[in-house]
Amino acid sequence: MSILINKQTRLLIQGITGHEGSFHAAQMIAAGTEVVAGVTPGRGGEWVLDGKVPVFDSVKQAMDVSEVNTCVIFVPASVAADAITEAADAGIELIICITEGIPVKDMIQTCAGLKKTRSRLIGPNCPGVISPGESLAGIIPARIATPGKIGIISRSGTLTYEILYSLKQVGLGVSTCVGIGGDSIKGADFVEILELFEDDPHTDSVVLVGEIGGADEELAAEMIMTKFSKPVIGFIAGLSAPPGKRMGHAGAIIEGGTGGAEQKVEALIQAGVIVAKNPAEIIEILKK
Amino acid sequence: MRLHEYQSKSIFSHYGIPIPKGRIANTAGEVKQIAEELGGRVVIKAQVLVGGRGKAGGIRLAKSVEEAEEIATHILSMNLKGLPVRRVLVDEIVNFSKEIYLGITNDRMERKPVIIASGAGGVDIEEVAREYPEKIMKVYLDAPFGLHDYQTRNLAIGIDLPRELWKSFNQIAKGLWKAFKENDAAIAEINPLVVTNQGFLMALDGKMIVDDNALFRHPELVETRDLDAEEPVEVEARKYGLSYIKLQGNIGCMVNGAGLAMATLDLIKEKGGSASNFLDIGGGANSDKVSTAIRIISADPSVKVILINIFGGITRCDEVARGILASINNQNKKIPLVVRLAGTNAEKGLDLLTGSHVRTATSLDEAAMKVVEIARRKNK
Repeated sequence: MSILINKQTRLLIQGITGHEGSFHAAQMIAAGTEVVAGVTPGRGGEWVLDGKVPVFDSVKQAMDVSEVNTCVIFVPASVAADAITEAADAGIELIICITEGIPVKDMIQTCAGLKKTRSRLIGPNCPGVISPGESLAGIIPARIATPGKIGIISRSGTLTYEILYSLKQVGLGVSTCVGIGGDSIKGADFVEILELFEDDPHTDSVVLVGEIGGADEELAAEMIMTKFSKPVIGFIAGLSAPPGKRMGHAGAIIEGGTGGAEQKVEALIQAGVIVAKNPAEIIEILKK
Repeated sequence: MRLHEYQSKSIFSHYGIPIPKGRIANTAGEVKQIAEELGGRVVIKAQVLVGGRGKAGGIRLAKSVEEAEEIATHILSMNLKGLPVRRVLVDEIVNFSKEIYLGITNDRMERKPVIIASGAGGVDIEEVAREYPEKIMKVYLDAPFGLHDYQTRNLAIGIDLPRELWKSFNQIAKGLWKAFKENDAAIAEINPLVVTNQGFLMALDGKMIVDDNALFRHPELVETRDLDAEEPVEVEARKYGLSYIKLQGNIGCMVNGAGLAMATLDLIKEKGGSASNFLDIGGGANSDKVSTAIRIISADPSVKVILINIFGGITRCDEVARGILASINNQNKKIPLVVRLAGTNAEKGLDLLTGSHVRTATSLDEAAMKVVEIARRKNK
């Protein structure tokens, strides 16, 4: 079992005729995902992926014909915020945006708009979600993950692959792995996904992979301390990063002394999280 | 993308914010001419993209045309924190009685723009925020609705601004908000905004950083990008879609994905080594991009060994291996490479590398250990 996506997931792909969209649509189908429709404005009426998946001009048209509960977005950054809002307006419950490089202003407006809908957003700039053996909605290579009882939440892409693969090599499996993405303004945060894992009877423990910047990890630590009952193993990337490329005064005021890796590690330890020093140690801890 | 002071102020002025009379100059001769037009008493400000210009001697007052020329000659020959001064801004001198800070940025926790004001302007505002947080006023903005009159009034009251200046402050704050919004800024900041001896508000300094992701909407700003003011190697890397940041160590790193790249750097440090750079080749890099990345890393004279760590998802390891081989053939100096490939087409990639002098590792841990060991040996 799993959170967010499972065998009942019926997926729509926005940008399905593009280079990335079509490649990953095929990967998702190979991983057992029900891909029921695609959207590319101007290409409605075509059938793609060996003639199995119909393409529509709009999400609304696709929803009129097919039963869809989840979508994955691959459209270019300049139109991605519009694609997210289109999916939410059409009533899709779970929107996963892979696209990288969306302007901050667009995401601020989009997130404000999403509050008025029932949709949940994962991403943008994320690898998506996989519930091994059930469904894949995103770009995580399915063969590096195996079904099991560990939940994973991560702000990173390839670092998460590293962890999934190492787990598989020692025979440990995953209930669901959620890449929440690396952007400063995004949809679901650690806390939102932790709440889902808390309620999932098939997840026994959670790996939380954070990195420098923002205060998502500190908020997660607070939530874990009071409302999370399962063991959490943490890892924070960026301990050796120099303060370097700072975003200037106003930004630093807002960050108000948060954002550093050491503070995040400290906050997680305070909350009872076992923090690994490196990716290999995460596996060592989970083996015990 | 960070704009120069003169560019930021010119944008602010376009949105109705009063700025001092002044112009940009490339030579001491031009400075002399501008100083004559402005009546001799001017402030000369180096236009470089670093903070703390004043303390470093890049901002100076001149009392006469002759002194202005002299100072300009000096400043235009300076290096400020490693960056050559190629231009100076020559502004009229404005006498003032009060300095205010006014800035707008996006708050990632609130997911909203926030406007910040302080009566303690003109100094390092981060220090004010740390030492006297009560002197910092913040108002969050709802993106579609923007800045209300009552909000700017609350700020004016909060920073003890005289009532007769509230209206003008309202116009300036709204102008700054419009400049922020319409230019997709990450930061728009006036520090200081002064109350002149004549009783007007005026922006003496300005700073703007534009969201790099939104530059496609602002070709007019991209045109003004000052490449002289950035690390040449970072400029070149950006041209190829590589994210490169120079660091202080001697172990070069090429990784796909920012999180994995950071974790790799951390691991090198944990094993007792030190990375010379952060480099993320992104997703789906082809062999050209890979060999360009290796060339950029190798150009750094402090690099003793290079670690290549790839976990292929969209990125194909055989494509990476081809890039590695191409770079070996084009390389003059022989820098040892330690390569770790996993994921998509890893076996194919490793097959391609057999027979070359490239060292391989099966895990990230092993790879990090190997590069630290090689770097240590070569340092002796």
